[in-house]
Amino acid sequence: MDSKKTMPVLIFAVVLVALQVATSLSGRDYYLTQLTMSLYTCLLISGLCLVMGYAGQLSLGHAGFFAIGGYTSATLTTLNLTSALEGGNGLVVLLAKLGLLVSGTSLFGEELLYVQPWLAFVLAIVITTVVAFLVGIPVLKLKGHYLAMATLGFGIIIYRVVLAVEIFGEADGISDVPGFTLLPGLTINGEMDNRVINYYIAAGVLFLGVLLLQNLIYSRVGRALRAIHGAEDAANAMGINTSRYKLYTFVISAIFAAVAGVMMTHYNGGIAPADAGVMKSVRYVAIVAIGGMASLWGALSMGAVLTFLSLRGMFGSYDDAVFGVILITIMLFAPHGILQLPFWRKFKKSAKDE
Amino acid sequence: MALLEVTQLSKRFGGLHAVNDVSFTVQEGTIKAVIGPNGAGKTTLFNLISGTLAANEGMVEFRGQAIHGLKPFQIARAGMARTFQNIKMFPGMTALENVMVGLHPRSVAGFWAGMLNLPSTWTEEKRIKEQAMDLLALLEIEQFAHVEAASLAFGQQRAVEFARALASEPRLLLLDEPAAGLNIYETAEVARLITKIQGRGITVLLVEHDMSLVMDISDEIVVLSFGERIAEGTPREIQNNKDVIQIYLGE
Repeated sequence: MDSKKTMPVLIFAVVLVALQVATSLSGRDYYLTQLTMSLYTCLLISGLCLVMGYAGQLSLGHAGFFAIGGYTSATLTTLNLTSALEGGNGLVVLLAKLGLLVSGTSLFGEELLYVQPWLAFVLAIVITTVVAFLVGIPVLKLKGHYLAMATLGFGIIIYRVVLAVEIFGEADGISDVPGFTLLPGLTINGEMDNRVINYYIAAGVLFLGVLLLQNLIYSRVGRALRAIHGAEDAANAMGINTSRYKLYTFVISAIFAAVAGVMMTHYNGGIAPADAGVMKSVRYVAIVAIGGMASLWGALSMGAVLTFLSLRGMFGSYDDAVFGVILITIMLFAPHGILQLPFWRKFKKSAKDE
Repeated sequence: MALLEVTQLSKRFGGLHAVNDVSFTVQEGTIKAVIGPNGAGKTTLFNLISGTLAANEGMVEFRGQAIHGLKPFQIARAGMARTFQNIKMFPGMTALENVMVGLHPRSVAGFWAGMLNLPSTWTEEKRIKEQAMDLLALLEIEQFAHVEAASLAFGQQRAVEFARALASEPRLLLLDEPAAGLNIYETAEVARLITKIQGRGITVLLVEHDMSLVMDISDEIVVLSFGERIAEGTPREIQNNKDVIQIYLGE
């Protein structure tokens, strides 16, 4: 392995640990909640960065994939199957026999029986994959920014669906989503005394995701993706199946968004229609743009900082406006992201010369 | 059997017959040139053969297989590589990386192998790198391997493009105006490289404006005018063809 690939990954791991240590030393443990949520957002951002920066496609529907993941898991794990089991529903009985149901008690002492979160997770990923293929196959055969339009429409549809369908809680969304026990002792939930563990679960998931993407970028496929982004005709003439590569990249990033959606929903204990909103998608695009489209690390750092500030309420009621302004400003003054501004380039160059 | 056989190929853009009922063959191991005045339909013909454009009528057979209707990447995988008139280097990539992209059809690592960084990909990457270096050496530009390709001189970019096209080990190489934008010294250099490529048993079909290049290296020439084939023959026959002289020099 050469240091160009491993150094950023090592630094990334150190930063993730340092953040937790810093909050603990400064007595600001309560920051961990927003940090954890920021890390899940970063998981989505990293996938979007692959689509935008490396395959050169714009997706305005990633909040939709986040919502598919979150809502699927939330719906399945909050549906009380106690009476269905007693009523002898075949599917429910089968799931119970296979040990795929979990029992618990609600806040009011009511007996609960719901789908094992792992099963819900797998289903969420399967549904997301199918939907991403259905959206991507017709669109990615075309050249240009058709994906932006198609995904915008897709995002709006998802938003309207979760707002209108009763089982998705309509405008209220779904609450009281139980924790997601990954392994014994490792449960994703929002409990106070579980805060540090949850931070490290999020950090671990993000680290793993970024590692996969980093590997991909430096592989034969990554080289082909950069070629497609640079000169699509030429890449096709080199024997690269450009539409298939763009499609797979899009599907992978949709899966990243759905994983983030599932985990964030279990962490927050719920999900609401606003999480599926198109403004959320625009925000994600703005974050990737400010980090520099083809810069995974730029997108990740910007994703963490901006999401954290937003969650801490720093932007007040101008939250969405702030990201809109960021997007316009970046496009006008730093189309390659702020890490490519002359100041930083000079800084990086002098660091290299020493 | 001819390596490439073009039969009654036609392409219309609205009312314009860009390529009209053109037929010719390319024999294995030869260099064949397509010439003609501006707007004669040469580049359109090229795009039809390489799959960038779809023909309205006619057939293209390559190694005995019909290839019209296939996508460019499928035609590339069938053993036909091409270069572009306005050299299309992949931006931000070194000369070496450009050629490594050219080796795509001869390597297999996919999304999973890439994401998991499987050991099988390490040996493949090593092989791709070595083969790309060999190709740069063949085209005598190995000293520019780690320079960003788009920043090289035009003549050197041409050589990188040749290396990139050769990387897929094609049977037929399509060169779209290889001397475009080059001075006479660079053109002579390109001519030498093309004969060197032919010497490796690769058949070449080129579109060209530069007559000195065409006459020097071609075994056979097809002349197009307003989308139609008006002559075909050896360079000497073409030079003495009355119709050809007329379209190039006027009455």
